[in-house]
Amino acid sequence: MAFALTPEREREVDELLTRYPERRASLLPLLWLCQRQNGWISPEVVDYVSQRLDLSTATVRGVVTFYTMFFDEPVGENVVWVCRTLSCDLRGGKAIQDHLENKLGCTAGHTSSDGKFTLLKAECLAACGQAPMVQINDRYYENLDVELLDQIIDAHVTKGAEEAAREFSTHATFGAPTKAPISTAPPPPSPEAVRLASQPPPAPDPVGDES
Amino acid sequence: MSNPTKPLLTTRYGIAESWKIANAERAGAYRVAKRALTSIEPAKLKGEVKKANIRGRGGAGFPAGVKWGFLNPGPDDQVYLVINADESEPGTFKDRSLMDLDPHRLIEGAIISCYAIGSHVAYIYVRGELAFSVARLEEAIADARHAGYLGARPFGIDHEIEIYVHTGAGAYICGEETALLNSLEGRRGEPRLKPPFPAVKGVFGMPTIVNNVETIAVVPDVIEMGGDAWSALSRLPADGGVRLYGVSGHVRNPGLFEAPVGITMRELIYDYAGGMLGSRPLKAVIPGGSSTPVLDPRRLVDAPEEDQPLHAWHGKSEIDVPMGVDTYRALGTMLGTCCAIVMDDTVNMVEACRNLMRFYKHESCGQCTPCREGTGWLVDVLDNLCAGRGKLEDVDLLVDISNNMMGNTICAFADGTAMPLLGFVQKFRDEFIDAARNGLPVDVRHDDSVRRKVEKVA
Ligand SMILES: Cc1cc2nc3c(=O)[nH]c(=O)nc-3n(C[C@H](O)[C@H](O)[C@H](O)COP(=O)(O)O)c2cc1C
Ligand code: SF4
Repeated sequence: MAFALTPEREREVDELLTRYPERRASLLPLLWLCQRQNGWISPEVVDYVSQRLDLSTATVRGVVTFYTMFFDEPVGENVVWVCRTLSCDLRGGKAIQDHLENKLGCTAGHTSSDGKFTLLKAECLAACGQAPMVQINDRYYENLDVELLDQIIDAHVTKGAEEAAREFSTHATFGAPTKAPISTAPPPPSPEAVRLASQPPPAPDPVGDES
Repeated sequence: MSNPTKPLLTTRYGIAESWKIANAERAGAYRVAKRALTSIEPAKLKGEVKKANIRGRGGAGFPAGVKWGFLNPGPDDQVYLVINADESEPGTFKDRSLMDLDPHRLIEGAIISCYAIGSHVAYIYVRGELAFSVARLEEAIADARHAGYLGARPFGIDHEIEIYVHTGAGAYICGEETALLNSLEGRRGEPRLKPPFPAVKGVFGMPTIVNNVETIAVVPDVIEMGGDAWSALSRLPADGGVRLYGVSGHVRNPGLFEAPVGITMRELIYDYAGGMLGSRPLKAVIPGGSSTPVLDPRRLVDAPEEDQPLHAWHGKSEIDVPMGVDTYRALGTMLGTCCAIVMDDTVNMVEACRNLMRFYKHESCGQCTPCREGTGWLVDVLDNLCAGRGKLEDVDLLVDISNNMMGNTICAFADGTAMPLLGFVQKFRDEFIDAARNGLPVDVRHDDSVRRKVEKVA
């Protein structure tokens, strides 16, 4: 069946087109709108987009396949990106991935059998000071350990993604889970240093180091 | 040498709901933009930015004032300002804080910058993962427009300014400025050959200034204080002001800090970031994002002659050299994005190197053979070394592959891959040789020291 955007989103497209001197420049934002509605960039979406912007389907496909965030096959209800680049790995990124694979019952690159979660490995997500972290759908969850991760995943199942994000996502506070008071941050380490008052208190030392 | 006792860039971060325009304005937002647009000539604004010695905060450290000076638009040209918020260099997490916690500072900086360079449109290119930052920026832009600071007559003057957010979709290479311009035009994010440089022929074929988020966000302070005074906040010459420093990895207190340009890595780790996790020894630190060659605290600066740029630090540890664009270049590394990755003695450098090379293999855009193939070969060789399938010659093979990548490609990505690899092999050669002989036992893999903490088992 042919793909069509909702009338509301169509109006957004009309506005998008005014932002750029060339029609083609709306391609990425338009693909985002479609993916948000459809969940992935299906062949029907490619047809729709190429007609809307007067581009060949090959051109549109070429762009879709270049970018990792455009899905060219269907994904689960929630997409979990686990960061495995150095800063996260130094703070336990691999343990986070292992735990997710056990919990969701699928390895990275696959979707859980109930269709609720697709697990993907991510490259650095610009949250290195709050490692380890995962991105679920379009929200970040930082300063993780496996207990917190369990709560976050469970909340996605029992309460839904939006409520889980409200409770656990760390964007608005730049690191601290929303429910933790911002004032728990330690004082600046030196008078001229300005610590961004958001991360939880300094991590306890790893087991075995000083004990 | 002066140190600000009060924060500048981050001064509004701690305010409740700092991203709302009313709260930001109560704390001073848009006052400088209003004064600049209504009473200062664009040429004077450009002059102050030049005097401020802002070294680009996106990684290359090019002076912003000089870049702006390259603009020479024809009578029918539309000049564009493009703000690089792709922030994807591993280890780097500073620009996100500006967008999430003080979007109005970025918008104010963009308004002043557009006016100064004669641009009517600015695009902020945000990496796709940062949907939250995109929402923050869009709300802030709408509020600024509603307040009359953007649109056909910002602050009542006859110089239209519009700011649009453009969202990427997951590709590190789109941080490279010409790849970013292609992506903004709706193309695959593949870098373009330079010249022509963006200031001559950029987005939509028009003269374009590409600057990092932080570079633009300091502009209001520069105009408020005056370029000379702002520049003098730094401890170094020709590299002005204050900047955001990030620290991740094995420190007690990872996070972002604002400090003058020119603090040392030792200060950053031990004073700002609370020292090493578990008081373990510092083994290595990647100073400014993964493309900057690693520093080894045991190595001493060798600059016995008085005319050598680092002579003042002769005999001191690499981590005691002030962090500046020029000092770090003289040290054989780069300041990059000024976000450090700190590693303690549990980390095996071959494994750390492999982790980063996998990143580059994944992110190469594939246009140039030395880069596309080279990144893959590096990972293959490193995988073999780690798994105990390596040979002694493999260590030199890594160096050889890297040397053939450097300078042979369209963009600086290949150099940004080869340089850190060469740094690792040069400074930690013993470990590579060891790995070639024995492979890496699983328990020296670098996540294990913190694994138990994350897993919460005794
Ligand atoms: C592979 C590669 C990735 C880059 N990624 C970024 C980035 O994520 N953000 C950024 O601001 N600059 C990045 N740059 C640097 C830009 O090309 C450009 O120099 C910079 O945006 C200019 O702004 P500035 O002068 O204000 O630093 C990257 C460069 C290369 C070669
Ligand atoms: S150097 Fe690498 S990333 Fe840059 S254009 Fe060539 S293939 Fe692409």
